[in-house]
Amino acid sequence: MLSPFGQSFKDNGYQLGNERDAPIYQNPAYWPVTFRITPIWHRENENRAQVDGAAGVSGNEASVTTHGFDLSGLDFHTGGTLAKNVSFYVLPSSDPTASFHFETVMARLDNLAHTSWLNLKLGKFELDNLLSEKRILTLTNVAGVYTNYHFQPATENNGVNAAFPGFTFGIGDNQLGMEVMGHSADDRTRYSVAVLSSNDGNVNLPTSRSYGTYLTFSQAFQAGSLGLQRIGVFDYIGEAPTYFQYTNGNNSGIPGNAAFGIPGTGIGNRTFYRAGLIAQIYIKKYDLTAMYFHSGDDKYLATGTPANAAYGTLPAGAQNAIWNGALFESHYMPNPQFILIQRVELVRMSQQALPIVAGTPYIPGVSVPSLSFGNENVYTFGGRYYPFISSRAGFAFHGEYAFSHQIGTSPITGQNLDFSSLLAGFDFAF
Amino acid sequence: MRKIYLAKSFAGIAILLAAPLLVSAQQGEAHIGKLSGNAGAGKQLYYRYCWGCHGFRGDGNGENWLPTGSYASQPYLNIQPRNFVAATFKCRSTPTGTLPTDEDIYNSLGRGLTNSNMPSWITLTNQNRADLVAFIKTLSDRWKTDKAGAEINVPAEPAPTVQSIQHGKELFTKLECWKCHGPEGRGDGPSASTLTDSNDQPIRPYNFAGGSRFKCGTTNHDLYKIFMTGLDGTPMPSFADVIKPEDAWDIVHYLRTLQVSHKSPELALWEGTKEGAEIVKAQKVRGTPTGAGVNQ
Repeated sequence: MLSPFGQSFKDNGYQLGNERDAPIYQNPAYWPVTFRITPIWHRENENRAQVDGAAGVSGNEASVTTHGFDLSGLDFHTGGTLAKNVSFYVLPSSDPTASFHFETVMARLDNLAHTSWLNLKLGKFELDNLLSEKRILTLTNVAGVYTNYHFQPATENNGVNAAFPGFTFGIGDNQLGMEVMGHSADDRTRYSVAVLSSNDGNVNLPTSRSYGTYLTFSQAFQAGSLGLQRIGVFDYIGEAPTYFQYTNGNNSGIPGNAAFGIPGTGIGNRTFYRAGLIAQIYIKKYDLTAMYFHSGDDKYLATGTPANAAYGTLPAGAQNAIWNGALFESHYMPNPQFILIQRVELVRMSQQALPIVAGTPYIPGVSVPSLSFGNENVYTFGGRYYPFISSRAGFAFHGEYAFSHQIGTSPITGQNLDFSSLLAGFDFAF
Repeated sequence: MRKIYLAKSFAGIAILLAAPLLVSAQQGEAHIGKLSGNAGAGKQLYYRYCWGCHGFRGDGNGENWLPTGSYASQPYLNIQPRNFVAATFKCRSTPTGTLPTDEDIYNSLGRGLTNSNMPSWITLTNQNRADLVAFIKTLSDRWKTDKAGAEINVPAEPAPTVQSIQHGKELFTKLECWKCHGPEGRGDGPSASTLTDSNDQPIRPYNFAGGSRFKCGTTNHDLYKIFMTGLDGTPMPSFADVIKPEDAWDIVHYLRTLQVSHKSPELALWEGTKEGAEIVKAQKVRGTPTGAGVNQ
C-alpha cells in the first residue's frame, strides 16, 4: 500500500504542486524511467495434477513438483508530467520470455476547473484499488496476485459450449477505459468513477462492445496517536458477452463448428459484479488491511452458456453464482529496511450456478457435488530485507512461501486441489 | 554533617549528569498549540520521507542533491534542500537572524515551499508533522544555545485603497525592490541574474506574475511577514527597520496587483483606475514566462 504521501502524489498526477512540475523545470540529464525484474529460485507443487497412468493412459492424478532458478517478468515504468496538470504513465511489461505488452498506458488531466476533486484519466490503467495488485509485496505463483481479485467460480469457462466466447475478469487487472477521480486537499477523502471496456484490459476489442463501471470511495481519519486509518468501499458492475454476432466464415455460426462469430462483436451480454469493503489500519510498526468481497455472475456466464437458444440452452436448475471473500494482509516493519508479510485469503461460494448433487463428482454443465465446491483458502508468509534505501534504486532480498487449498477441483477425481510455492530471490529496480 | 555533605555532593553530581539530558529533552520536543512533538517518532519519519533530499545528517546534502562527486554538475534538484544543521530558515514569524518558532516549521511542512521541490506534507497527520519538527530541532546545535525569536507584531490590515496601492507602488521604486524583482515584478530586475543564496547557489527573485502563492504562504498576512522578517539565507532582506507597518501594508497591496493572473480585491481596485487598467492589460499581454529552473 502507498504511504499517505505516495497516495497523494499519485492522486495529484505525480505532481508536487509547487509550480515546478512541468518538464521544463526538470533536469534534462534525467529521464523518469525505471525497470524492475527479479532473478529467483522457486519450487512449485501441485498435489493432484493430471498425469498419464502406468500404461500411458491419461486420466490419473499425481503430485507434481518442479524447482529451479528462474526469472520474473520485466517492467519498464515511466511516468511524469507533460505540462502542469497534464501527466502520463507508460508501462511496457514482459513475461519471463520477454514477450511484451502494455500493462499501463494512460494520460491524465489534473485539477480540472482548478479543483482537486476533478481529474480525468484515459487509457489502460489500474483500477483505483486501495490494495494495489501492481504494488503487491508477494511474488510467488500462488500469491503473486490476490485470489479474491481474480476468483471466478469453478463452473465457468467449462468448455461445454463452443459458442461461448469465454469470460475472464479480475479487478486486479489493469482495464481500458476512462476514470474521473477526485480527492480533498489532504487526500483524506477520495472517490473515483470509471467507465471501462469490458475486455478485461485486452486490446483490439477481442470480445465485446459492452462496458463496465467501477466506483470507489474512501475516507481516512486520524485515530489518536496511531496515525491515519482508512476505510473504503468499491463496486464493479459489468457486462460480458455470451456469444459473438454473425458468423466468422461461411458456416461457422452453426453449433459444433470450430469457429463462432466475429471477434469483437460479442452480444448477449449478461451482468456480473464485484463489491467490497476495505479497511487499512496502522498501529505503530504494524499495519493490517482487511477486505470483504461480495461477488456474483449471471447464470449464463457462470455456466458458460450463450444467451441464445440457437447456440445452447441453460443447464437445468442453473442460477446465478454468488460468493463471498475475505482478505487479511498484515505487515510488521521492525525498521524501514525490513518487512514481514502475512496474508490469508478466503473465498466461499454462497450459491452455485449448477444444481448440487451430493455424492457425484463435478459434471461440467450439469451439476456440482457440494455448495463448497471451488471454495479456496490461500495462506502466504514472507519477508523482504532492503540492504539500502535509495530514491534512485531499489534492492531487496525476498523470501516467501504460499499455499493454496481448493475444494473438490482436482481434474480427475474431484478431490481437494493444493498448490504450494516457495520462492527466494533478488528483487531489484533501477 | 558529613552525611549532609555527601548527600549534597551526590545531588550535585546527579544534576550535572542529568543536565545534558534535560537540554536534549528540550531540544527533542516541539509544541504547536496542543500538539507536542516527539523527536524519536520524528526520526522514524525523517528517515523514511526526508533524508533523500535533506541528507542523512540534515545538512541538505541528500542523494537527490549531490553537490559533489560525479554528478556535481547535474544535481537532480535545482535548489539545494534546506540545511537543518545551519538552522537558517526562510519562513519565519520571527525577526531576521533568529530561529523560527515551532509553529513556523510546522506550517512550512504542511504548506510546502512553492517554486521548490519541497512538497506539502499535509497528508501526514498533525502529530506526524509535530514529531518531525521536534526531530529537525535536534539536527543543529543552535537549538541548544538559542531560543526561537519573538514573533513579530502584525498590525491589523487596513482595507486596500487605490491610494494605498499607489503609495505601495512608489515605495516599490523607492526601496529598490525593482532591482531584483523587476519593474513589473517578474523577477527579472537588473540584479536578478547575479543573486546567490547562502549556499552560493543561483537564486531568482520571486516572479509575482507567475502565480498566487508566495514562498511562505498565500495571504496578505503571510506576505507582510515575508516583507518584515525577510527570507533568511536568501538576498531578500527584512524591511522591519526601514519602513513603518502602514507603509508595509501599502506595499503588500501593490504587490497583489502584480499578480495579474490571480483575482484579488487589490487587482480589482487597481484595474478600476485608468493607470492601473493600462498597466495590468500590458502585463497580461506579456503573459507568464515559463522561466528557467532557477530558485525563486
